[in-house]
Formats: sequence, C-alpha cells, structure tokens
Amino acid sequence: MRWIWIDRFVEFASGSHATAIKCVTMAEEHLADHFPGFPVMPHSLIIEGLAQTGGILVGEALKFSTVVVLAKIPKVSFQGYAHPGDTLSYQVRLLDLQPDGGIVEGTARVGDQLVAEIEIVFASLPRSVVPNARQDFVIPSEMLRILNVGSAPAGQAGEAPAV
Amino acid sequence: MPTSDEVFNKVRETLVDALGVDDDEVTPEATLVGDLGAESIDFLDIIFRLEKNFNIKIPRGELFPENLATDESLVKDGLVTAEGIEKLRASMPHADVSKFAANPKVENIQELFTVGMIVKFLEKKLSA
Repeated sequence: MRWIWIDRFVEFASGSHATAIKCVTMAEEHLADHFPGFPVMPHSLIIEGLAQTGGILVGEALKFSTVVVLAKIPKVSFQGYAHPGDTLSYQVRLLDLQPDGGIVEGTARVGDQLVAEIEIVFASLPRSVVPNARQDFVIPSEMLRILNVGSAPAGQAGEAPAV
Repeated sequence: MPTSDEVFNKVRETLVDALGVDDDEVTPEATLVGDLGAESIDFLDIIFRLEKNFNIKIPRGELFPENLATDESLVKDGLVTAEGIEKLRASMPHADVSKFAANPKVENIQELFTVGMIVKFLEKKLSA
C-alpha cells in the first residue's frame, strides 16, 4: 500500500510553515468499511497526513540530513469529518526546531470548516541509528513532485511554483 | 532571576502541556515516570519545552543523563554499585541521590526524576 497521505504541497516556507492538500476520493479502499453508508476519511489518516506535512517541514529545515520520525502527539482534537469529494487542507507551523527534533502545530480544514487541530513532536535521528531507513525515508523519490512548490525563507515572499 | 515559585509554576505549565496531566498532579515530589506517566519520548518533549519556556539551552544528557541503567560497569545484580552512585552524584547534582542510595535498585533510578529535580536544575542553570 502506498503510504502517501498528502497529494501536494501548496505552500512551503522553509523553517516556518507549510500547507499540503489531500483530496479524499471514493476510490480509497478503506472508505468502503469506514463506514458502510457513511464514508469519511479516518481521523487516524488525517493525523498521518498532518504528520507527513509537518515531518517534511521539519526534515527540510534540517536539510534532510537525518531521519525524522513522529515521536508523540501531545494534543489532538477533531471537530468534523472529511467526505469523498472534499479537499483537506493541512496547515502546519513550526513551533520549535532543534538538531534532535521539532514541534509543529497544525490544523486540518475542509474549506472554512475546521476538522482537526494537532500538536506533533518529531524526533530527528542520525541515519546511523536507523540503518534500514531508505535514503528517501518519508517521501519516496518518485513522489518528490508533491514538493514542487515555491519556497522561500521564513517571512519572505516565495516565487510561484514551476508547473 | 525568577523566584523558586516562578520556576516551579513554569515547570508545572510545561509538564501539563507535555504530559497532559492536571495542575494539581504536578507537585515537587511527583516522579515523572511513576506519578505523571512520562515515557521515554516525553523526556525529549519536556526538554524542548523547557528550552523554549525558559529561553535557555539544555545540553542533551545534562538534565536527564542517558544510559545510566545500561552501563554494565555501574550495575551489579540489579543494584547500582557504589561507583555508580558516585557517578550519579557527579552527573546529577540536581537530584536527590542520597535517597536513591538507600535502596539503589536499577529500577529505582527513574525515581530520581522528580518535578523538584527539574526545578532545582533550572534554578542552578538560570543563576549561572
């Protein structure tokens, strides 16, 4: 199973914040069972999408020199659902960055509707302690396309992404 | 230089955020693991938050020394040796090692990590 729970970044401000989107589609197998007659994006996978968005924000800020893993979720709350046809917008902001990890806060929204709020702690581990991690641990190289957004240092206007 | 109460209150806020515990659970005597339910990964989170809330740098291993229980030269038959206790005193001057020395079982090492220990560590750090 492909474990990519974001479709594309639409904003990426290095070391500061990022926004990725996830389009929920009826073709996703798990929606047949979650739930029969009431297909909604599992909240656990919304967490995963937020963690992938935030993990890449942390990893990029550390120049992808380490393996960034989700360490803990101190806070999460859910206020709504995302249904097939909805586009989830995952906005994350870096609260703290250290050589051994970082903390991000984030929200998931469908349009103006808040779906989830979260705080995530990531640990950044030397590649030597995770010997089996692929070089492209979080984002397989064939998916790097999703990072194809304008980027700029914190606080500066970015350029439009190349299409 | 903040007072001891100010430091404690800020530590309490930090632990409430990091561990999801209630204010009144965070007492100076409370142990992080036993009383407040901290797990290993929480120690990293706690250090991140303390650094941010107190605007200081905490070198890794200074507040919570690592590998204490796994260093075989310091542990014999499940007990921390006299040499190990000396090492604890040296590496954790902010902890109540004397209390631990009375019953130096390896599994009791985690009882050194109390809220009061963090406060003491920070007071020293902030006055330096």
